[in-house]
Formats: sequence, C-alpha cells, structure tokens
Amino acid sequence: MLIKQANDILSSEITDQSVYEERRRFMTSSIGLAVAASLLPIQSSVAGYGGKPLTFNKNSQFDTSEDLTSYDKITNYNNFYEFGTDKYTPAKNAQALTTDPWSVQIEGEVEKPGLLHMEDILKQHAIEERIYRLRCVERWSMVIPWLGFPLAKLIKQVKPTSKAKYVQFETLHRPSEMNGQKRAVLDWPYIEGLRIDEAMNPLTILAVGLYGEVMPKQNGAPLRLVVPWKYGYKSIKSIVKIRFTDKEPVSSWTKVAPNEYGFYSNVNPDVDHPRWSQSKERRIGDFLKRDTLPFNGYAEQVASLYHGMDLKKYY
Amino acid sequence: MHRVIKPLIFLLCLLPLVLLSINFYLDELGANPFEVLTRSTGEWTLRFLLLTLAMTPLRQLTGSAWPLRMRRMLGLFSFFYVCVHLSTYLVLDHFFDWDEIIKDIIKRPYITFGMLAFTLLIPLAITSTNKMMKRLGRRWKSLHKLVYLIAILGVLHFLLLVKADLREPIIYALILLVLLAARLKPTLLKKHSFNPN
Repeated sequence: MLIKQANDILSSEITDQSVYEERRRFMTSSIGLAVAASLLPIQSSVAGYGGKPLTFNKNSQFDTSEDLTSYDKITNYNNFYEFGTDKYTPAKNAQALTTDPWSVQIEGEVEKPGLLHMEDILKQHAIEERIYRLRCVERWSMVIPWLGFPLAKLIKQVKPTSKAKYVQFETLHRPSEMNGQKRAVLDWPYIEGLRIDEAMNPLTILAVGLYGEVMPKQNGAPLRLVVPWKYGYKSIKSIVKIRFTDKEPVSSWTKVAPNEYGFYSNVNPDVDHPRWSQSKERRIGDFLKRDTLPFNGYAEQVASLYHGMDLKKYY
Repeated sequence: MHRVIKPLIFLLCLLPLVLLSINFYLDELGANPFEVLTRSTGEWTLRFLLLTLAMTPLRQLTGSAWPLRMRRMLGLFSFFYVCVHLSTYLVLDHFFDWDEIIKDIIKRPYITFGMLAFTLLIPLAITSTNKMMKRLGRRWKSLHKLVYLIAILGVLHFLLLVKADLREPIIYALILLVLLAARLKPTLLKKHSFNPN
C-alpha cells in the first residue's frame, strides 16, 4: 500500500501524563486566576487506568505525533446521547451497560451473514494501536490512542456482494440500561453509515479499546467505529448491527437536521455548520483555538475518495 | 433589616462567578473548562434577567416593596454576567479576531440575537442610576421596557444554539412566558404602580 508515513513516531516518545499536566498547570496559572500554582494536584503517569489490559501491536503508520489527550479527559467528556445529552453524564450512566456477552449481527448484501460474537472478533483480529485526532462537530478535538483493527478485515471476512455499496451501523437499543434512550432526543437506535470504499479505507477501524485497555463503556464499549477524517458523530459506538446495502443509509443526526448533518460529514474548515463556523477547533486542554484541517489532517490518505465531488454539496 | 439583606443578596449574586473561578483554578470544570465558563455565565445572565423580571409580579403577590428594591441590583448583575459571558466569547472563542466576530454576528442568528440583546442592555445599565431616572422622567420607564425584548432575544439565543436537546432552553422560555403573562393583567399592575423607589 502506497501511503506516506506522515508522522512516524513511537508511542513511548509521546508526551506522558506528567508533562501534559505540567503544561496544563502552566496554562492555568498564566491566565492570572492562579496565585499558588503549586496547589494544583499533579497526576503521576501510571501504567493502568483500571480497565482490562489488551495485547496489541503498535502501528505507527498513521499515528499523529501530537500530544495525547489525557485518559481522564477522554473518558469524562463524551458525546454519547444514549447516556445523556451533556458530555459529563455518560461517564457515570454508561456503567450500567452490560457489554458481555456481546454480539454483532451481520446482514444484508453479504455472502456470510450471521452473528459474530465479541470474543471471536477479538480472537480473529490482531489488535493494533492507532493514535488519531478526533474532531467533534462542536468544534473541540482530542488525540486518542485507540486500540482496534481495520474494518476492512471484518468486511473481507463476511464477503459483501457486488450490491453492497454502503455499510450501515446500528448501536444497541436497550433503554433499560441506556437511560438516555427513554427520551426521544434522537430516533433510536442510533444509525450511521459509510460508503463501502470509505469503510474499506485503511484508516477506518473498529476500536475495542484505548490507552492500552479494553474500551471504557462511555467511549462506546465494547466495539465502536473510528473514522478519523469525519466529525465524531460518524464514529458510532456500541455497535450491534452491520448491514450491507445498496442504498445510502440515513444517519441519526441527518434525520434530526438534514441541513446541518449530511451523510459524508467530512471534517472541512471551508464548509460551515449552518449555525457555526468550522474553521477552528479547540484541542481539549488548549487555551486558544487552532485551525481545523481539511479531512482533519488526513487529506493525504482520503481526499482521493471524494475526487470530483462538490464537498459543499456533499457535506 | 434591609441594610443587611441587600448586601447579603449582593454577595449571593457574586457566588456563581466565585465558584466558577475557584473550580476553574482547581481544574474542576471538566475536560473543556472554557466551554463551561461560557455556558455557565450565559445561563446566569438569563437567570438574573428572569429574576429581575420576577420582581414586579412578586411585589404584586406579596404586597411588599422589597422586591422592587432588589430589581435594579439583579438587573445590573445580569449585565455583569453578560459582560463576562461576552468576554469569554471574544477572548476564548475568537481571541479578538474581529473579522471572524463580525462574520459570526452577521451569519449566525444565535450570535445576532445574543449580540443584539447585549447591545440593548447597555443603555439600561447606563440609565440605572437614580440621577438618570430623574433626568429621564417618564421616558425612563418606556426605555426600560426594552428588557422584555432583551429577555426574549436572550432565550432565543439559547434555543438556537442547542444541538438536539431543547429541554433547558424551553424551561427558560416557559418561565419567561409566565413572567410576561403576569404583566398582561393591567388592573393588577395599576393597583401597585411600580415606582422603583
């Protein structure tokens, strides 16, 4: 595969927690609200975060060398409407979710439909680490060390037919454990979709963990999609169904506001959300905003997928 | 009694900002503290605005004069919080990028409404002194009726920025509706005509 290694870096070279905290401390105190910065708690970099560790290979091919967002922030600031519409409640509410046993229904235009059990999925695919930027449509971003495997591997395994032009994903619908689903904020279950070539792109992964451990529930346990060049809501969480189809799926957010959330939802600083500009973003932990990059900085790998398309029309 | 209560309420009104500052300093505002600062000061602006509007009906309900004595202070606190709120937008969101800010004001209805509400609050804050009140006489009252429009714009500002969960802005809208409806009973209003002093 001819993909230029943009930022080849070992995970060990990446800023560790204590440096991150130090920087954060400097920032807070420099704003002027602080008098004695030494009062701030400093977290030491510890190996474990409390989840089950996963065995994985480092795959630095697509990794960004930017500073990692801390585990604490990644797991306490979540858009996961199934567990509440603000970003602070999923960390608590998602703990009610049963993620074991778990299985994924494969259906539609495939030669091998059926039920895939989570433990088999984990056995069949080598887990690798991918350090990706995540850009939310709300103009904030993070850098997350995901653990997962290319979605392409699973797709090849189930053998889509020639009619399979799109892949549709579905989140679990279980209001008894997902309290946010008791209100019809979105049309449950959550639906997302990709074009088959987007799904087959080597950047697209099914993630099963982060920071070396099994996926925290608030981040979409046990299995979620990660499509780093699209706005965060495309990366659907807690997947129970993957359907191959010849029709473009209608995503949950598109259903709510088709003029605001399109099918493609590629990160694009030149196409504004109708209610706000997308030209800048705040990296979580930063004081000032930074420029948003086309395709979230992954243009080299994915821009060709949209060759000849008017991205203002296909937003 | 009044001499004690008013300073106490003054301090109480400052409490949200004090708590926000402390928690900001202690890094207790979560992963995106700047978003919390903006959001929270915006909500407190609306709350103080609604509290201000609640004083006249409260006076009619209780017959007591003290709600009207609090009204100016509450209104000025609303102005105070909107100044902090706007500062977070100018600094944290745009860092004084005036081109971007002007584009934002023109293109985004929620920013347009918010900015309009802020602009309209300025003359009300300036003319809130006893001296100005006397100088303007009857015109003071008509000028300060702008507060109804400001409150409506403020609630619209909130309604339009929410992604999907409208619960909170709708609560503000309903409270505002009740407070405005309370003013549609002219006979009641006449009985205790509201002279701020």
